[in-house]
Amino acid sequence: MYRGRFGPKQAERLLWRAGFGPRRGEAEALAKKGLDGAVHELTRSGGQRFHGPAPKDERGRRIAPRDAWGHDHLWWLDRMVRGNRPLMERMTLVWHDWFATSNEGVGSQGLMLRQNALFRRHWLGNFKELTLAVTHDPAMLLWLSGTENSKWSPNENYARELMELFTLGAGRGYSERDVREQARALTGWRNDWREGVGPTRFRFDRERHDLGMKRVFGRRGRFGWHDAVRLCVTHPRHPSFFVPKLWSYFIPVAPPRATKASLERLYVRNRYAVRPVVEAILRHPLLYDGPRMVKPPVVYTAGLLRAAGRGIDTESWTWLCSNAGQQLFYPPNVSGWNDERWLDTATYLARWDIAGRVTRPAALDPNKVQAPYDADKLLERALGFWGDPPLAPGTKRVLHRYTQRALARANSNWKRKSYPALVENSLRHLIAVSPDLQTS
Amino acid sequence: MSRCCNEFSRSSLLRQAVAEAGSGLPVIEPGMPVAAGTGLDRRDVLLRSAGLALAVYGAGALSLPGFEDGILDAAEAGPAQPVLVSVFLDGGADSLSLLAPVADPDYRRLRPRLALPDSGLVFSEDTRLRWHPAAAALRTLHLEGKLTVLPTVGYTDADQSHFTSRHYWEVGATNPGLRTGWLGRYLDKAGRPDNPLQGLSLDGELAPPLATKHAPVAALRGADGYQFWAPGVWGEVESEMLETLGPLGRGRGAGDRALASISGVSTEAARLRNQLAPFNGKGFGSPVVYPKDRTGFPQKLAGLAALLAGGLPLRCVALRGHGSYDTHADQADDLSEGLRLTGESLLAFQRDLEARGLADRVLTLVWSEFGRRGEENGSRGTDHGAAGVAMLMGSRARGQMIGELPRLHDALDRNGNLKPSVDYRSIYTSLLEQWFDFDAAAAIPNAKAFRRVQLVR
Repeated sequence: MYRGRFGPKQAERLLWRAGFGPRRGEAEALAKKGLDGAVHELTRSGGQRFHGPAPKDERGRRIAPRDAWGHDHLWWLDRMVRGNRPLMERMTLVWHDWFATSNEGVGSQGLMLRQNALFRRHWLGNFKELTLAVTHDPAMLLWLSGTENSKWSPNENYARELMELFTLGAGRGYSERDVREQARALTGWRNDWREGVGPTRFRFDRERHDLGMKRVFGRRGRFGWHDAVRLCVTHPRHPSFFVPKLWSYFIPVAPPRATKASLERLYVRNRYAVRPVVEAILRHPLLYDGPRMVKPPVVYTAGLLRAAGRGIDTESWTWLCSNAGQQLFYPPNVSGWNDERWLDTATYLARWDIAGRVTRPAALDPNKVQAPYDADKLLERALGFWGDPPLAPGTKRVLHRYTQRALARANSNWKRKSYPALVENSLRHLIAVSPDLQTS
Repeated sequence: MSRCCNEFSRSSLLRQAVAEAGSGLPVIEPGMPVAAGTGLDRRDVLLRSAGLALAVYGAGALSLPGFEDGILDAAEAGPAQPVLVSVFLDGGADSLSLLAPVADPDYRRLRPRLALPDSGLVFSEDTRLRWHPAAAALRTLHLEGKLTVLPTVGYTDADQSHFTSRHYWEVGATNPGLRTGWLGRYLDKAGRPDNPLQGLSLDGELAPPLATKHAPVAALRGADGYQFWAPGVWGEVESEMLETLGPLGRGRGAGDRALASISGVSTEAARLRNQLAPFNGKGFGSPVVYPKDRTGFPQKLAGLAALLAGGLPLRCVALRGHGSYDTHADQADDLSEGLRLTGESLLAFQRDLEARGLADRVLTLVWSEFGRRGEENGSRGTDHGAAGVAMLMGSRARGQMIGELPRLHDALDRNGNLKPSVDYRSIYTSLLEQWFDFDAAAAIPNAKAFRRVQLVR
């Protein structure tokens, strides 16, 4: 439990880790509620409301998240930017990464959005219920061959990932035999295919289900899909998989041994409820005193848009985020995004482009605006563009030195008039790609 | 509808943004390249390269550490540095179609609908075999002695998951836990701490064979694609701004892992920007014509040849070949298209290197994660197999077949898949030793277990 000061700086970090960063003034407002009040607000807030205009494309048309390529990404990004329940969106993103399903294999934006609604419904709910729901979610049934798994030809795809990636971890407490037996327990789902509609009528068909005896984790029974999930979640090694994995989405170092043990107890005592564990993580001192985290690309993008007070008004965010390594609904594989690989020379350039696209519509025209020929004032104004985010002294020093150097290039009258506006534009861009804004 | 299996799509780690597809490297401007030997002599080429370097070097403001090193490296050690290019045929290419054993009585039995006609291009080293009609460019290279073919390469107990088998090839070991690529480990030992161009991915994301532990490597979409654009900023202010990239990333130190990674990547990005500056907005000056297509594979090769000609210090390069080789259904069309463009692009690349006098410095390894089932399936396609095909292209490639394709009666294992006659790590260890003059044991686990084959002349 964190007992240090909970001021705007801590509130800001909380808003980044449990959401998409503050809008103007939000960190200060949240700080006034104190740590408990802040966590309560994030985890129990009421109905979803949206601030600002609805998302549209460049030509002002409404987006078509079920049909147009990339609009699914825009639709969700918009909820991150305009919504007032950041943790719900953030947990939905956690589950999207945890049960990573890609439309690359599903081929239906409609089914992907349906899965997204499922994740949102269970955001801080019960992990067993969530896993049960995921097990017969149509997108997942297509993605991991659930509807190809029948008693006549078992398919181990889902059974394996259920244990390896969703509940237990590779090599932890199950054997190849368990994979085969769990696959049998999971048989029975099917769907039809209709011309013009695609996959449809997902349902359980007793005819296809293997009713025989199975032996899973040393227990025998005529297990079905409910049992398959229950056996995994109640497996003694599940809590020690669940807790560190959930923790890692919020804090970039492993939980201390005692913390880990107490969170596991908390999780089991509450019969696999997610909310108490998340609440405890959000109150942990390591979230406030611990090392910084690189923001995932969509968090970075949504956060810049929130800070700049801009909504979704272009389709570019889809390919820009894709270049940066994270297109929503297209995780690279079933194990989700690799958060140790957010940064390389190519994704760095993509983040630079994202920052430039966010600032572009508001760029100052040096023929119309005269900015002050004063390094301190220019830096202050550029920080104001982003709602005055706190910068480390080292970053400020580099920016200040740059500003002086750039202004010193103005060796004629017209340059002295126009360069300050160019410098202010460039400072907005540089602040957005500084280490301070790329991490939280 | 997707034409590949579900499991395959989740293994496509290098998926490119659809919006970006086809942007690749720009098409060569018509009329711009001066064909080799027609007015542009070797001296001009060299002068041009030096001019490029000097133009950058002379711009004065560009004084990031490492930039000078890069050019110096290229100018001094450059011509002697061997380069290896890895071209990945994604999905598991069908070796029995690339080189079809038309004279084998079992071939038509296994492939009643997909078998190629007898009247094909004869494979000169084994006249039972015919090149796929779309692979004429590869045959040309082979007849010139510049293409070594490995008709059945793989490993024992092949894993038939795209994901896993590809990983094994990428890391150079049948070890699912290995996190560095086989070329990445070579660069960790033999590379420089200040030259990200030594390991260059051309598909926009880090290619797993190049994944290192320490040494910097780079990924870019094309030689002219690494440009930093800033809205509402231009001229002198823009130059000053871009010079701030590196210092800004390092500004608050490297206190924890996140800050250290920002600091490192900003420095590398700034250096890469300077190294590639000469290519921005200019054509490649390719002396040959590359095939045109949407996916950018030939353009990437054209850009690569220009980078090498520009003296940039590249050592290992990785990109994907054209086409989708996971041919579960209606194999004939997909395979023809993929093989044709990949082969023609490789031939153009070889001709380009020859025209630029670089051909002795570059070897290109073409590989796929596995081959396909001997028997065709019910959808005019083939399912995942075991041993597959690999090729090594270059003027210094020995050009003689390694391994063999025995009679199908003996060549298939009990699952009906081709048995390997050469282990893929025989290629890796042999290349490291013969091409890079490097101790293979330092990069390939258990290197001594793999028979060396003569790949380089």
